[in-house]
Order: sequence, then C-alpha cells, then structure tokens
Amino acid sequence: MQTLSLGALCGLALILAVPPAQAETIRITIDKLVFSPVEISAAVGDVIEWQNNDVMAHTATAKGDFDVVIPPKKTATLTVGKAGTFDYYCRFHPNMKARLQVRQ
Amino acid sequence: MYARLTSALAFACLISGAALAADTKVTDPQIAHIAYTAGVIDIEAAKQALKISKDKEVISFANDMLRDHEAVNQQALDLVKKLKVTPEDNDTSRALTKAATEEREELAKLSGADFDKAYVANEVAYHKQVNGALETLLIPSAKNAELKDLLETGLKLFQGHQQHAEHVAAMMK
Ligand SMILES: [Cu+2]
Repeated sequence: MQTLSLGALCGLALILAVPPAQAETIRITIDKLVFSPVEISAAVGDVIEWQNNDVMAHTATAKGDFDVVIPPKKTATLTVGKAGTFDYYCRFHPNMKARLQVRQ
Repeated sequence: MYARLTSALAFACLISGAALAADTKVTDPQIAHIAYTAGVIDIEAAKQALKISKDKEVISFANDMLRDHEAVNQQALDLVKKLKVTPEDNDTSRALTKAATEEREELAKLSGADFDKAYVANEVAYHKQVNGALETLLIPSAKNAELKDLLETGLKLFQGHQQHAEHVAAMMK
C-alpha cells in the first residue's frame, strides 16, 4: 500500500515535471497570391509566420480577430491568442482565402 | 453612365473581336505591351481618384491599385528585359488607351459622391474586362512560359482587385 502510494506520488511528480508544450512557429508562404498551406492547425500560444514572396503587399485578415499586413518580400507574425476556426483572407485581394484552426 | 458603358463595351468588342479574328495572332511582344498598358491605365485612373476623391475608402482603394500595378508593371519590365523582348504597340493597346482616356475625361466632370461611385463602378467593370481578355486571349496566346506565368499571376491580381472594388462599391450604397 505504501509502495503503491509512493508509486502514485512519483507518477504525479513525473506528470508535473513534463514542461508545457513548446510554442511552435508555423510558417505559411504566400506565392503568386496563394496562401500555402491553405489550411493550418495550431495551438494557443503558437506563432504564425507568413512569408510573402510576391512583389505586392498582402494581409491575413479575420474580421474582429486579427489583421496582419505582410509587406512584399517580407514576413509578418501573429501569436495565436484563442482557440477556434478562423477563416481569413487578404483585404487587398479578397480572392485570397485560407483557414487557421486553433486548439487549446 | 453612358460614357462608362460605352468604354466598357468598346473594350468588350475589341477583345472579343480580337479573339474572333483567329488569323490575327497576338505575339508575345504585343501581349507584353497590352498587359503593361492595362496596368498603366489603372494607375492613371488611381491618380485621378487621388486628386479628386475625398472619401477615405476610395482613397485607400486607389492607393492599393497604384501600389499593386506599379509593382507588377515593374516585374513585367524586368521580365521583358530578361527575355530580351521589346513590347510592341498594337491596335488593342491603342484602343484600350483611347477608351481609358475618354473615360477619364468623363470622370473629370464629376466630383464628390458622384465621382466616387463612377470611379469605383468603372474599376469593377474595367477589371472584369481585363480578366476576360487575360483568360480568353492573352494567356492562351502567350508562347513564353515565364510571360504566361506572369499573366496568370496578373489574372489572380485583377480578380482580387475586382472583388475589392465590389466590396468598396457595396459599402458606398
Ligand atoms: Cu493580397
């Protein structure tokens, strides 16, 4: 019994010792007015980085949630703040569409 | 309104006329010239809007057009230089420029909300027409792969601008 509870205690300590999942950087490329990958999954705390290879500026915009301007030949980032499904688009070229899925 | 319709119509006729005349092939140097001219026309239209309009949305839209088309036309110039192609003036380019000049003269008579509405409506119509020309004539006729590729990107850009212009038009109602 004592050994068992000690074992349980050790187990608990082990669980507590596991660090929280490392925040990841997820990269999305924009090339010829296309987001790639078009659909991406991330966790709260992750960083999304858009790399714009085009000669014109784009945005990653989800109304009411985020609006990131990505200048030509530059990158821009967003730290994901909340869970949910975000359909985003480019304000300058609304035919550019993509989706960001965020888990807790 | 009438002038706007006629210039859009002139463009439509011109493009379909050119497409129908299967014997009159459009060459790469001519295609490059037409695509470049289409960009210049929208730049001129944007500059006019920036001079006349007081509307925040319209000004911001015009600035977007100016920035994008200048960037893409620069890309086009770099490409023709690399390919050693000299853009060649042609009837389609000339007709486009003529129709656009007439359109600007009509728009110059307007001010305030009348100008804003007419400018944005023309932007929708103009981008739609250029998209048609790119899809049915310019892209299929282009021989050089890099030129074709640039035109395909141009098509996506013009489609994006058309939707953007439609949003602006819807907001003004
Ligand atoms: Cu864009």
